Amino acid sequence: MKKALHYLALVAIALLCVFPFWWTLVTALSTEGNVFAFPPTFWPKAPSLANFAEVFRVIPLWDFFRNSVFIAACTVLWKLIFCSMAAYPLARMHFRGRKLVFGLILATLVLPSEVNFLVNFITVTKLSLVDTYTGVILPNVVTAVAILLLKQAFEEVPQDLIDAARVDGASEWTIFSRIMLPLIAPWLATVGILTAVESWNEYIWPSIVMSKPDEFPLSVGVLYLRGTFGSSTRVVAAGTILTILPTLAAFVFAQRFFMRGMDGAVK
Amino acid sequence: MSRTTLTAWLFLAPALVLLAVFSFWPVGFGSYLAFTDYSLIRPTHWVGLDNFRYIFGNEMFVTGLVNSVLFLLMVPCVQVGALALAVLVNNQLPGIRLFRAAFYVPVVTTVSVVGIMWGFMFHEQGTLNYVLLLMRAVDAPVGWLSHDGIALFAIMFVTMWRGLGWYMVMYLAALQTVPADMQEAAILDGANRWQRFWKITVPMLRPTIAVCTILSVLAALKAYQEVDVLTQGGPMNSTFTALYYAYDQGLKHLKLPRALAASFVVSLLCIGVALCCLRWLKPKHR
Repeated sequence: MKKALHYLALVAIALLCVFPFWWTLVTALSTEGNVFAFPPTFWPKAPSLANFAEVFRVIPLWDFFRNSVFIAACTVLWKLIFCSMAAYPLARMHFRGRKLVFGLILATLVLPSEVNFLVNFITVTKLSLVDTYTGVILPNVVTAVAILLLKQAFEEVPQDLIDAARVDGASEWTIFSRIMLPLIAPWLATVGILTAVESWNEYIWPSIVMSKPDEFPLSVGVLYLRGTFGSSTRVVAAGTILTILPTLAAFVFAQRFFMRGMDGAVK
Repeated sequence: MSRTTLTAWLFLAPALVLLAVFSFWPVGFGSYLAFTDYSLIRPTHWVGLDNFRYIFGNEMFVTGLVNSVLFLLMVPCVQVGALALAVLVNNQLPGIRLFRAAFYVPVVTTVSVVGIMWGFMFHEQGTLNYVLLLMRAVDAPVGWLSHDGIALFAIMFVTMWRGLGWYMVMYLAALQTVPADMQEAAILDGANRWQRFWKITVPMLRPTIAVCTILSVLAALKAYQEVDVLTQGGPMNSTFTALYYAYDQGLKHLKLPRALAASFVVSLLCIGVALCCLRWLKPKHR
C-alpha cells in the first residue's frame, strides 16, 4: 500500500515534468485536427513526419544545427584546455599567490554573473567580435565550476607518479599533458558533456552577439521559427522537438556524468 | 620569482586573462558606468546618482524590482519540493532511475524551447485549462500569460519546473552520504520515519540546504530568461523583473547607463541577501 502511494507520487510528478514534451511531440506528429481543441488530443491524429520535413524546408535548420555543433565543440575544447591548465598548478604546485588566485576564482562564483552581459557586450563590440562565433564562445570558455571540478580530479592523482616523472627529467608540460590529463580523462568527460549541453542550450548571449539569422545557433533559431510561423503551431512544435533531440540523447547516454558533475559541485 | 612560480603562472595565464576580461572587468567597469552617461558614440561624463534617480522614478523598473522580490516566494517551494523529491527517489525501487531521469529532463532543456512548450501549455485552450476545467478547479479558461495578475506566477511556475530537478540531484548526492548505520541505530531506538528525517537527515543535509537556498535566492533575484521567452515583460509590463528591465533597456533600447544602474541594484541586492543567508544558515558552533 505504501509502495503504491510512493509510485503514485512518482508517476504524478514525472507526468508533470514530461507532459509538455509529450504534448509537443504529439502536436509535431499530427497532421489533422485542431491543435488547441477541447478535449486536447494526447495521441497523434494521422501521424506523419510531414511537419518535420516542413521545418527543414522553411528554415535553414541544418545551418542552425551546424552552428550549434561548432559553438559547442569549440567551447568544450577550449574550456578543457584552459581550465585544466589552470586547475593543475592550483592542485599540485606550491607557488606564490596561489591563495589569491584561488580566492579570485571562487569570487566569480559569488559575483552575480548574469549582470555581466551588458559590459561584455561593450567589450565584444570594442574587440570587433560582434557577429562572430569567437564572440559567442570566448566569455564561456573559463568557468570557476570547471576549474574546481578539475582541480579536485588532479588532487586525487598519486604524488608518486609525478615524482617519478620529475626524476626522469620530464618537463612540467610533459607531466601535465602526458601523465595527468590521461589520468583524469573521466573528469574531463564529465566537464565536457556538461559544457556541451550548457553551450547547446545557451540562449541569451548568442542572441545578443549574433544578428544574422543564418548564423544563429539552434537555441536562438527555434524562436526565430516561432516568429516566422507564429500561426503554424505544428511546425513550431516539430522544430522544438528537433532542437531538444540531441540534448535528450546526450542526457540518456551520459546520465551518470550529469549526476556526477553535481556531486562534485556540492562538495 | 622561482621556477615553479613562473611555471604555475604560465599555466594559469590563459584562464586568468579570460576571467579578468569577462568576469572581473564587467563588474568593475559596469559599476563605474552606472554613474556616468556612457554611450558608444559620445565622450563619457560622471553624472553621480542620476541614473539611479531615473530608474527609481521609473514605473517599469520599480515593478520589476517588486517582481524580482516576489520571485523569492519560489525559494521555499523549490527547496522543499526538491528535497522531498530527492527523498522520494533515494531508494532502490524498480524503475527509480527512469524517474530520476524524468525529473531531470527539464533541467537540460533550452530555455527558448521551454518557453515555446509552456506557451502551448498555458494557451487559453491548452491542456492546463482543460485539466483544470475537468477537475472543476476553474469556471472558465484562464489566460495564464495574458492576464496581468497571473502571468508573473505562471512564469514563476515554469522557472520552478526547470529548477526542481537540478536541486533534486544536489540533495540526492548529499542524501547518499548520510551513513546508513545512523538510520539503523535510530530504528533500533524506536524512532519513526518522520523523527529520523528531522533528527538525522535534515541536520546532516544542513550544508547542502544552505548552499542550495543561497543559489536559489540568487537565481530568483536574477530571473529574466523565462520572462523573455514567455511574455517579454507583458501583459501591460506586469512581468518585468529588475534584470529583465536591464536587458530590455540596455540591449533593446541601447540605454546602457540606465541598464547598468538597474543591474548594479540587482547585484547589491544579491550580495546583501547572500550575506544574510550565509549568516542565518551557517551551522551553529557547538
